[in-house]
Amino acid sequence: MEAPPEALAAPAERAGAAAPLAPRARLLPALSAVYRAQLSRAKVARIPLLFVATFQSIGIMVLMRGVVDGGSEARAVVAGSSVLVVAFVALNLLAQYFGQLRAGGGLDHYATLPVPPASVVLGAAAAYASFTVPGTLVTAITGCVLFGLPLAHLWVLAAVIPLAGAALAGLGAALGLLAPRQELATLLGQLGMSAALLLGVLPADRLPGPIAYARDLLPSTYGVEAFAHSFGSHPDWAVISLDLAVCAAVGVVSLLVATWAYRRAAVSR
Amino acid sequence: MSTGTAAARAGTVCAVRGLTKTYPAARGRRGSAGTPEIRATDGIDLDVGRGEIFGLLGPNGAGKSTLVRQLTGLMRPDSGSVDVLGHDLVRHPERAARLIGYLGQESTALDELTVSLAAETTGRLRGLPAKAARAERDAVLEELGLTALAGRPLKKLSGGQRRLACFAAALVGDRPVLVLDEPTTGMDPVARRAVWAAVDRRRAERGATVLLVTHNVIEAETVLDRVAVLDRGKVIACDTPAGLKERVASEVRVELVWRERAPVELPEVAALRPRAQESGRRWVLRLGPDAARAAVAAVTGGPAFAALDDFTLATPSLEDVYLALGGRTEGLVKA
Repeated sequence: MEAPPEALAAPAERAGAAAPLAPRARLLPALSAVYRAQLSRAKVARIPLLFVATFQSIGIMVLMRGVVDGGSEARAVVAGSSVLVVAFVALNLLAQYFGQLRAGGGLDHYATLPVPPASVVLGAAAAYASFTVPGTLVTAITGCVLFGLPLAHLWVLAAVIPLAGAALAGLGAALGLLAPRQELATLLGQLGMSAALLLGVLPADRLPGPIAYARDLLPSTYGVEAFAHSFGSHPDWAVISLDLAVCAAVGVVSLLVATWAYRRAAVSR
Repeated sequence: MSTGTAAARAGTVCAVRGLTKTYPAARGRRGSAGTPEIRATDGIDLDVGRGEIFGLLGPNGAGKSTLVRQLTGLMRPDSGSVDVLGHDLVRHPERAARLIGYLGQESTALDELTVSLAAETTGRLRGLPAKAARAERDAVLEELGLTALAGRPLKKLSGGQRRLACFAAALVGDRPVLVLDEPTTGMDPVARRAVWAAVDRRRAERGATVLLVTHNVIEAETVLDRVAVLDRGKVIACDTPAGLKERVASEVRVELVWRERAPVELPEVAALRPRAQESGRRWVLRLGPDAARAAVAAVTGGPAFAALDDFTLATPSLEDVYLALGGRTEGLVKA
C-alpha cells in the first residue's frame, strides 16, 4: 500500500481547481421539509399518544375539581392542564424521539445532508408543537366547561401554544440529544413532564418556597401564567404580554441550546 | 497502491492518506470486562479514480464503516487526510454532504415516512427546489421499481424493500460521488439488479464514482472495478478482483460436503484433515492442482465416497484471496 511519492500531493492541487460543491439546503425550505416529514410521521405514530396526553390532562382537571373551589385556583388548574399537553408531546415525546434517533444512528442521515442544524431541530420542534394543538384546545375547552370559566379569551392559546411549545420542545430536544443513553433521554423527558405537571397544575400559592423557585425556572410556567390570566373578566393584557415575552425569550434560548446539542451529537466523537 | 488502471489514470476523485482513528480503551463497568484500545483504521491509503466502482471488502469489525464515516465527514480521524474532488474533508467535513451521496446502514431517520416522502424530503434537504425534488423522486422510484410502494411507510416494508427505499433516497439530488455502506443487505435478486443497474447508469451517464462497502465476496467479484481488502483497520491488498485472484491462481479450491460426518477413521480422509477448514459437514481445502486431483481421486475412489454428499472443484474466489492474505474469514458472506 505504499503510494509513490508523486501521488502523495493532493490530486486536485496538481490538477488545479477543486470541483464545484452542490448547493446547500437553505434554512427555510429545509425547515419546512423537515416539518412536513415530521408531521406525517406524527400522524402515523403519535395519535394514540396524543389521546393519552389529552385524557391525562382532563383526568387531572376532574380530580382537581374536588380540591379547588373556583377563582384563581381553578384558572391555574385549567391553564396548567392545557399546557401539560404541550409538555407531554413537545418535551417528553421529542426528548424520546431525539434520544432514539441518536442511539439508532438516525442522526447520520441528517448529518450527511447539507442542511443547517437549526432546520432539523426547529422543524422537528415545530412539528411536535403543532401536533399538540388539538389536544390543548380540547383540554382548555373541557376545563372551561368543568370550572365554569369564560371561553372568550381562548384565542390567547394561539400565542401560548407556539411560545410554550418552542420553549418545551427546545428543552426536550436538548435533553434527548445530550443524554448519553437512550433510556436516559426517555427518563429525562418523563421527569421534565412530571415537573410541568406538578409545577404547572398545582396552584402556585400552595407550593412550599424552594419548589416555587423551581416553578419560576420551568419554561412552561410563563405560558401557564399568561393563559391563567386570560380567564379574568378584564384580563391584564400587560401582564399577559410580559409572561408571553418571557416565554418567547426562554423559547429562543432553549432552541439555541437544542441546536448546539444537535451539532454536538451529529459530529462524532 | 496506485495500480495504473484506466479509471485511476482518468483522474483521482478520492485520495486517502495515512488515515488513522483509534477508539480509546473503555473501562469495564461492574460485571463486564473493559475493551482495550482499538485502532479502527490504521494508516489507510487509497486512491479512487473517476467513474470507478471501488469496493471495501472485509469482515465485520475490519474498519470499513469507520473508514466510510471518516470519508463522509461523520467522524474526525486522529490523523491523515481525505481529499475528495479537490476538497480537504478533514479540514472541511461539512463539504462532504455537498459532494457525496451517502447510504448508511441505519434507516431510523426515515422509518416512519412513506417511501415517497422519504425520497422527496431527502432531496429537499440535499438542496433541491420543491419541484425538482418531486420530479427526481418520481424518476428514481420508477427506476428502482418502487412506484407501487410509494405510499407505504418504510417501517411496514420488508428489510430488502426498506433498504431499496433508503437507496432511492440516497440517489435523489445528484452527487458526483456515492458512498454506499452495504447497499444490498437483505435484498432479493430483483432488487439487487435494480441497484447495480442504477449505479451503472449513473456512472455511464454522469461519470459518478462509487465507493462501496461490502462483506459479500460474490458481489465484490461481479460489480467492483477495484477492491481494497481490509483487515483489522489496514488495507492488506488493493487491486482488481481478477488481479487479486491471480495471487492465488496456482491453487484450486476443493469443497467436500459429508453426509453426516467426515469418516476420519479412513486414512485418506485423515490425511486431508490437517489442510481442511472445517465448518460442520463442510470441508474447504486449498491445494495445488495435482494435490487437488489426488485428493478428489482418493475420496471418490475409495470407501470414503459412501460418506460423501457432494464435492466441488473451483478456481479461487476473493474469499480465498482474503484467507491467503492472512485475513480472518468469519463474517465474509457468500450469497
